Amino acid sequence: MGNAKLIIAALVVLIAAAVFYMIGQPPQEKETADSGALKVGFVYLTNPGDHGWTYAHEVGRQQLQDHFGDKIETSYVENVPEGPDAARVIRDLVAQGNKIIFTTSFGYMDPTLQVAGEYPDVYFDHITGYKRAANMATGNIRFYEGRYVQGVVAGLTTKSNQIGYLGAFPIPEVIQGINSFARGLRSVNPDASIKVVWVNSWYDPVKEADAAKVLIAEGADVLAQHTDSPAMLQTAEKAGVKGFGQSSDMHEFAPNAQLFSSVNNWGPYYIDQVQKVLDGSWTTGEGPDHWAGNTWKGIGDDFLVLTEFKNMPADVAAKAAAARDGIANGSLNIFEGPMQDNEGNEVLKAGQVMDDGGLWAMNYYVAGVEGKIPN
Amino acid sequence: MYEELLLTILLTSVPLILAATGELVAERSGVLNLGVEGMMLMGAVAAFGAASLSGNVYLGILGGGISGMLVAGIFGFFVLGLATNQVATGLALTIFGTGLSGLIGAPLVGKAIDGLPALVIPGLSELPLVGVLFQLDLLAYLSVLIVAVTSWFLMRTRGGLILRSVGINHDSAHALGYPVLWVRLGAVLFGGFMAGLAGAYLPLVLTPHWAEQMTAGRGWIALALVVFASWRPWRVVIGAVLFGGVTIMQLAGQAKGWTIPSQFLSMMPYIATIIVLVAISGRGRIQFGAPAHLGKSFHATR
Amino acid sequence: MIILHPRKHIPLQLTLLVPVVSVVITLFLGALIFAFLGYHPMAALYEFFVAPLSRPDQLGNLLVKACPLIIIGTGLVFCYRANIWNIGAEGQLVLGALGAGWVALSFPEATTPFLLVAMAVAAMLAGALWAAIPALLKVRFSTNEILVSLMLTYVAALLIDWLVRGPWRDPKSFGFPLTRPYPDGGVIDPILIPGIGRLGQLHWGVLIAFIVAVIGWFFLSRMLGGFQVKLMGDAPRAGRFAGFSPGRVTLGVFLISGALSGLAGMIEVSANIGQLQPNVSFGYGFTAIIVAFLARLNPLAVIVAGLVVALAELGGDAAQISLKIPKVVTGIFKGILLFMLLAGETLTRYQLIWVGPGSGDQPDSPAGKQ
Repeated sequence: MGNAKLIIAALVVLIAAAVFYMIGQPPQEKETADSGALKVGFVYLTNPGDHGWTYAHEVGRQQLQDHFGDKIETSYVENVPEGPDAARVIRDLVAQGNKIIFTTSFGYMDPTLQVAGEYPDVYFDHITGYKRAANMATGNIRFYEGRYVQGVVAGLTTKSNQIGYLGAFPIPEVIQGINSFARGLRSVNPDASIKVVWVNSWYDPVKEADAAKVLIAEGADVLAQHTDSPAMLQTAEKAGVKGFGQSSDMHEFAPNAQLFSSVNNWGPYYIDQVQKVLDGSWTTGEGPDHWAGNTWKGIGDDFLVLTEFKNMPADVAAKAAAARDGIANGSLNIFEGPMQDNEGNEVLKAGQVMDDGGLWAMNYYVAGVEGKIPN
Repeated sequence: MYEELLLTILLTSVPLILAATGELVAERSGVLNLGVEGMMLMGAVAAFGAASLSGNVYLGILGGGISGMLVAGIFGFFVLGLATNQVATGLALTIFGTGLSGLIGAPLVGKAIDGLPALVIPGLSELPLVGVLFQLDLLAYLSVLIVAVTSWFLMRTRGGLILRSVGINHDSAHALGYPVLWVRLGAVLFGGFMAGLAGAYLPLVLTPHWAEQMTAGRGWIALALVVFASWRPWRVVIGAVLFGGVTIMQLAGQAKGWTIPSQFLSMMPYIATIIVLVAISGRGRIQFGAPAHLGKSFHATR
Repeated sequence: MIILHPRKHIPLQLTLLVPVVSVVITLFLGALIFAFLGYHPMAALYEFFVAPLSRPDQLGNLLVKACPLIIIGTGLVFCYRANIWNIGAEGQLVLGALGAGWVALSFPEATTPFLLVAMAVAAMLAGALWAAIPALLKVRFSTNEILVSLMLTYVAALLIDWLVRGPWRDPKSFGFPLTRPYPDGGVIDPILIPGIGRLGQLHWGVLIAFIVAVIGWFFLSRMLGGFQVKLMGDAPRAGRFAGFSPGRVTLGVFLISGALSGLAGMIEVSANIGQLQPNVSFGYGFTAIIVAFLARLNPLAVIVAGLVVALAELGGDAAQISLKIPKVVTGIFKGILLFMLLAGETLTRYQLIWVGPGSGDQPDSPAGKQ
């Protein structure tokens, strides 16, 4: 019995070997033959199929590839956890010959910094962080600008004067967005206020839907989100209330509910940075000031694109467009005094405009937001 | 407002009820399948795919169940046919199911469907508060029916007796002439079908789109629920609604301005499960409900 | 109908051949899948299993990746040998990271390497304490340790999330969920090879992994304590006759396994991250369960199994970068690999006997159980 099994096993090995031989010629030498194309690497937090954060980066990568055509060769690694694996993957990308590497999530900041120190002749672009080096820059989008316009539309749309807002985690980027939304909301509707619910996840469709239902039950008739899935909008669609999309156009998921969506448009940034590498003019940033050293652009530079204003009357759409254009041309300052936090303390005096440092130090809600920031 | 919250709680608990009931039957027969998460994902992707391609949500339900059952069949083959370790095989099944569902689902990303419609029962649904019990959808009503049938089968029929005896002591059951492995295979397949239905509920009802790993750990909660329910089907319903209630109240509490860190509220279901475990398995008493041969491999010898 | 018949003694050639055959079958199935999806099968397999070994820095990374798997896997071997099912190593790892982090953050100026020792002790204590919960509940109330240890994993994940976003958050992190960086004394240094420098992410903690596995093997195979553990698992009644206390063994193996998981957590953070963040483990505690089984519950084999599993992880990333094979495909491949290795394990220990229909269910000897 034992011998028979051994023979069978040996046969299996033989057959497998034969099949391997037939289906596979030895692996081709990898195309290290320098075609002269600049290699560009991307590190993604999730699969581009999230239709949210990573999807927007993937769209940007494709724009980049289309823009330069044969001159560059892009590749990406998906589902990279924000830990030691990140540094390894980034090194891998360097070893594969990538000359500029975009790491597209906050948690890659320290790993990127570490690898940047080891490879001074490779350029690194970290998205949404605050640490930089001679060969490591930071790119970010002024997401909060779009939220001001959302606030304007919400204030003119709501009948219950109750807005629901889904937050992922109470970090500055999200707080900025909530406060900016509140500024827009209060600019057109001093009676409306925002209830915030933290989902404690960037991506959990079922929980996002649950939170949306809870907010609707609490009387909200316009919903905004700083989480990644279309679940909130689908819930809004079903319940007959309105809402805003996140990261990408979510019109298809909620044709009657989506007022508009703030789309993260990374393409221009990627094209810019890669162009600089091709030109040899790549730098970390312009000024000595900590916040001036990064690229942080918004609606005015097409980093943030607002989709078509839909499901709202023409006059609301006109006011939204005016706010959008005001932000784009700099005539509208979102955080300009007088501004108070939601406990009545003065944050900005009349005429005073908040600088970028102030934006990143936000640990309070402005007037119009209910409750307190957890922790 | 309370009715809306209650309805949300009920809908959130439906997939937990479905998956936990299936796992309960498998565990009653002595098989611990830690692959619930993987089976749910396979159910979810197949359900969404079937519904989106055919335009028929009911085909989606069927597709979800069958797909869950098929991957459960793989698990059954290894665990029962080859007596591999149940814990390790279950974990492997979750890895496999997560990967396969992502691959199958890749072309489905970004598509939307019309979800399963609510079947509002006229008259009854108008009642205050309890009316929400009659505003659910087909799968939700079905889940209660399945629990009832499962409970009846396990406790009142000869088949159920055999299934339980296989779980309590497979050696004695074998000595009595019961086909231990076939009984267990049936239970595992049923568990897979139910996990598939549970997964199907996500893209068909809760959030009508497909996204990778959209179950976000609910399969593991279903495993906890089985214990929480001390292997009694009706208690699964109570447990699932409690779990759903804690989840929703945590969100509603924030909207109402509570300031307890949400992490602590999120811990509640897990800590509650441990407390229940201790409560039901006091020292010296027989563990009521817990199948004594849970997780142990069986092989007949000649 | 197939019947499994336990082998009285396992021939050596089978022990060696079966893992090889199961790997070959996996390769074959993998090649089919890759070919079916339009990837070059040989190139894909090359990326998975050869490419990660073809560069010295990747060898370093391989060891780093295997390090927590080996340490945790060794601890789990003790549990599983005693028929105690600890599947909460992931949570025990997190607690270890918290214990070590608490020490490191309490001495922000420390440069002495003794800090690392203190951190390791704190980590092992914290991991062991977390593991003591399911152990004591099992001994005292005979609760199911599989479920208690699994539940505690989720509690641990939420605990670190709360600490890092709340009380322990670095005031200078702009509200991002990170603690202060560990002081110099609390960081495990990379191994510098003379003439080459760093070898990927290779750090001194890797040595601990090998030492742990060897000590584990020695304890299990050569010492009375190890004998007790094995006796508990194989023949609990005989153990009781011999006067061993099952409760003490249960507690003992849980404490060992919890302490080792905690140690793995400390090394992982101190060597690779340097501060606490909401997520410090990426499924190592669960993957190590599979490693323990692949190693057939032998600590020395845990080293090999840990390396094989780590290789598949590295290979998955390599295949993504060079061949653009999506991560989900590598997940499927890993799942198949595990199925095959588990099946191979059965084929080593049992003979498969075909019996005609009808005769299969007739017991003619008392049924055995694993």
